[in-house]
Amino acid sequence: MTTLAARERTRAKGVAPTQGLRRPRRYGRALLYVALVAGSIPTLLPFVWLVRSALMADSQMFVAPPEWIPRPFQWSNFSEALTAQPFGLYLLNTVIIAVICVLGTVFTCSVAAFSFSRLRWRGRNVVFALLLTGVMLPYAVTIIPTFVMWQELGALDTFVPLTVPAWFAGAGGGVFNVFLLRQFFLTIPFELDEAAYIDGASPWRVYWTVVMPLSKPAIIVVTIFTFIGTWNDFLGPLLYLQDEEKYTLSLGLASFQSVFITQWGYLMAASAAVIVPIVALFFFLQRYFIEGVTLTGIKN
Amino acid sequence: MRRFETRWGILMALPAILGFVIFTVGPMVASFFFSLTDWQIGGSPSFVGLDNYSAMVNDELFWKSLSATTYYTLGAVPLTLIVSFAVAMLLNQKARGLSLWRTIFYLPTLVPAIANVVLWIWIFNPDFGLLNSLLRQAGLPTSQWVYSEQMAIPSLIIMSTWGFGNTMVIFLAGLQGVPRHLYEAVSIDGGGPLRRFWHVTLPMMTPTIFYNLVVGVVGTFQVFNQAYVMTEGGPNHATLFYVYYLFRKAFTESEMGYASALAWVLFMIIMVVTFLMFRNARRWVYYEMAGAR
Repeated sequence: MTTLAARERTRAKGVAPTQGLRRPRRYGRALLYVALVAGSIPTLLPFVWLVRSALMADSQMFVAPPEWIPRPFQWSNFSEALTAQPFGLYLLNTVIIAVICVLGTVFTCSVAAFSFSRLRWRGRNVVFALLLTGVMLPYAVTIIPTFVMWQELGALDTFVPLTVPAWFAGAGGGVFNVFLLRQFFLTIPFELDEAAYIDGASPWRVYWTVVMPLSKPAIIVVTIFTFIGTWNDFLGPLLYLQDEEKYTLSLGLASFQSVFITQWGYLMAASAAVIVPIVALFFFLQRYFIEGVTLTGIKN
Repeated sequence: MRRFETRWGILMALPAILGFVIFTVGPMVASFFFSLTDWQIGGSPSFVGLDNYSAMVNDELFWKSLSATTYYTLGAVPLTLIVSFAVAMLLNQKARGLSLWRTIFYLPTLVPAIANVVLWIWIFNPDFGLLNSLLRQAGLPTSQWVYSEQMAIPSLIIMSTWGFGNTMVIFLAGLQGVPRHLYEAVSIDGGGPLRRFWHVTLPMMTPTIFYNLVVGVVGTFQVFNQAYVMTEGGPNHATLFYVYYLFRKAFTESEMGYASALAWVLFMIIMVVTFLMFRNARRWVYYEMAGAR
């Protein structure tokens, strides 16, 4: 029996047949594609069902066996659904909230991550460890007092309870972003900071002109996660927004659903309209997603 | 440690520290005090000691919500782990059009929670929904899905498994971190794919599996949207999930004290379950550098 070291040596000489290793044989390859196709069918079927229902007239939707191609394409489902309630306004509200949250989260989390990774101060690691415990806290524990607090401050039915916490490093679960950014900042050479300090720069200057420009991938990841989180949030708007003029897309869709409970064409058209922007965003920023998860170094 | 570093360090960490105090520690402490009171919104709280906690023992709906949530978690978490691990294994091969395949499997995760719920109400529709239409065409028995007491939770488990993308991406990142030379070592010893999986992939992936397990359990235990929009806790309280019950107590029935006690019990349950998982982890999670992090 050969030892591992011996094997390494043979490999180095180029004797071992490592080449064939990663290349599965032909039938294995075919099997892989069969599995991929088989897996993607149940994954995509609900989308197909969504799109076909969104474009179908009621008369065709309720026939058995089900038909898959709309005849004719009922585009009016979209126009009627989206004008039955002011979805344009909901979209605007959602975008406003999401943008304020992204800006606040990126700014306050990156500043904190800079402090926790590149400035030395007493108690730093203890404070950071304490903050991280916030990630594990179930949101159910804090919603009641937080609600009462906003009520006392007269902030109900405004965007304040939905956006202000983002400016405190996302508060609660948002600490994960501080963690992610800190991990990334630690990979940037510290000599850069030292050189800047010798030139008389302040930590703020180092943060803004040295660290941030080098951290674009991590910032994009935080942006995407925060944007999607805000876009999808339902409980927050449900708790804090009453006036229909202030509804977000999620809240608007839920109220739309309770009104048009059997108008499946309209419901599916409205759902599709809520899904499309976020999917489009994903397509543009796709490659950062998987990179982002990898760079958090989650496996440790 | 230079002096300006301390000054700037604290200043720059301040928003995060304040956020932690205002939005985590403060509400946590407040919530505990609320849980010791009898308090309706608008009224003033009166101290009742541990009455809220002892009332739970005889609250049938509390037990119902606990068992519904546990049932859901025990189904949804393992199923999602298995499906996402399998798909991650597939996506870790060198297939043509890899980024397209990744996108396809990630797509369901992008669907906003409420749009997802609305879509699945229609899929589960007993008369004209996708599932029953397919079953009928195949000549198989149909089901009432979320409209039946027995099938409601299994239906929601199926629905949650559809959104396995986030778990999958984390598995994928883990798989890409498995050192190649270990696979090569097994192959040189004449081991096939099954052995490579059993002796390399699985042990090396245990930390990732563990991470997904903990995150999955903690997240799934706090399920809310489906119960609120889709089933309203029914039929016959079959899907009365814990956080939905808590929400109803607090914001519909305005029993803030009792709801806060429910929140603290949930917190305790999650703490204990997480603790047990961590203790148990020592037996099956493999860390390459034991002791080091």
